[in-house]
Amino acid sequence: METLIAPQNKGNLTKDEKIQYVNELTTLNLGPTHPATHGIFQNVLTMDGENIIAAEQTVGYIHRAFEKIAERRPFYQITTLTDRMNYCSSPINNMGWHMTVEKLLGVEIPKRAQYIRVIMMELARIADHIVCNGILGVDTGAFTGFLYIYEQREVIYEIYEQMCGARLTTNMGRVGGMERDLSKESIQKINQFLKTFPPVLREFEKLFNRNRIFMDRTIDVGGISAERAMNYGFTGPNLRAAGVDYDVRVMSPYSSYEDFEFDIPIGQNGDTYDRYMVRNEEMWQSLRIIEQALKNLPEGPYYADAPQYYLPPKQEVYRSMEALIYHFKIVMGEIDAPVGEVYHTVEGGNGELGFYLISDGGRSPYRLHFRRPCFIYYQAYPEMCVGSTISDAILTMSSLNVIAGELDA
Amino acid sequence: MINNQSIAEEIVRKFGDDVFDFEEPFGMLTFSTTREQIIPMLDCLNKHSEYKISFLTDITGVHYPDNSGQEFCVVYHVHSFIHNFRARIKVFLAEADLHIPTASELYASANWMERETFDFFGIIFDGHPNLKRILNMDEMDYYPMRKQYPLEDATREDKIDALFGR
Repeated sequence: METLIAPQNKGNLTKDEKIQYVNELTTLNLGPTHPATHGIFQNVLTMDGENIIAAEQTVGYIHRAFEKIAERRPFYQITTLTDRMNYCSSPINNMGWHMTVEKLLGVEIPKRAQYIRVIMMELARIADHIVCNGILGVDTGAFTGFLYIYEQREVIYEIYEQMCGARLTTNMGRVGGMERDLSKESIQKINQFLKTFPPVLREFEKLFNRNRIFMDRTIDVGGISAERAMNYGFTGPNLRAAGVDYDVRVMSPYSSYEDFEFDIPIGQNGDTYDRYMVRNEEMWQSLRIIEQALKNLPEGPYYADAPQYYLPPKQEVYRSMEALIYHFKIVMGEIDAPVGEVYHTVEGGNGELGFYLISDGGRSPYRLHFRRPCFIYYQAYPEMCVGSTISDAILTMSSLNVIAGELDA
Repeated sequence: MINNQSIAEEIVRKFGDDVFDFEEPFGMLTFSTTREQIIPMLDCLNKHSEYKISFLTDITGVHYPDNSGQEFCVVYHVHSFIHNFRARIKVFLAEADLHIPTASELYASANWMERETFDFFGIIFDGHPNLKRILNMDEMDYYPMRKQYPLEDATREDKIDALFGR
């Protein structure tokens, strides 16, 4: 790499001094709207030819002030905000929020509802990893893998639609359980998915796992060591690719995850290839969990017996006085939450998604803070891509699965 | 034994009067400390031979406009992977003197978390390498998450009230 530095200064220049001397540096604005960035965030790269010397990030283009809005809304209206954080796997965000409120209110969820939640969360995890790995392939130039695996995301969307009516921003479930039971068609669709997805995933793996070009482009690219990753607050597949087996589902199980048997894949080098492999393997493990959950789905109610928080069934509202009053109070937002502060975390598609809720006894939170994994680990991006070429930087960003909604909230 | 009681006792032994207000909401050890002791506290928990509380989960801020002298609170959530132990540390600050040392030398993840807290509340983290707004526009001249500011931006001139039904 030929840089125009005076020979007497070559050895011990700081980054700023280098830039003063070198007059052939390019500044590339990997701008907010760019086909290779997965969302709206900006990277200003200072490059010498193709090598990156510095990267400066600007985030906040899609900041929608969720934490401020949440202070004005009753608890069940905040679910729609949580949808829009990691929008590739919204059910996980929804369920995480509901579990936080249930923890605050002290509501016990029946087993059937917990199993249905697990099924939906694992489908969401598969959907999220389909996006990440498919798009990683596209960024290396291989469109075929993405094309065939993305059709499976349509199947998952249909299952969501059966469950809650929406495809992407699902607003699924309620505080106290689910809004409707798994219908026969949903169970059929899930079984169909469990039959048709494995061959597609195997085909996808055959395209990429031992592909010479893909391996050359992703092995030893964008690596990070386990200590640096933990210091940077990594969680989720990115941390597991670096070798640390931290998974919230295992460490602090929620919603009956302890009933299921699944493995946690971990990588070794924390590079792009490891992240890709960990996500693929996680999809297989999610399929295992869904199979087990569907097979052992317990009978019972799909919502908790908490009439002051969960809307009573409409037939009851038209017939009984108490149900009418509860319905009125819940819809008009006159239910007050107890005073308290709770921090609850779930394993999102990208890592530990946390909800820190402080309630002062009113109908809305006093303070709600989302611990968004994307926001925290995206800080490490300059360290991961400085010194490599721009094509490596694009792949590193792809494999980190940075989703702009979760970055900004 | 790694549980709330033993860790609380150890912390009181090490820091004495500088830690107070111990409580356990929903099972998570929560205590407050002073701003001079927060970085030594995080460092002590990190380097402790047994506890290995070496993961900073979250830093955020809260505004209590009614507590005069303690209007702002910076909340740190820490986590030990090995023992699966979580703790919450709070530091209360007065509005007139809104400074607190930065944790970004100990934990690289604190960098953007502190920038976000600064952006929303105006809490200055001394020693931070790059303390400027991260999620809001750079030109914004107030700290939006403070309770005195309404949800909608009152300083905007471009929204016509009649069209919005006002």
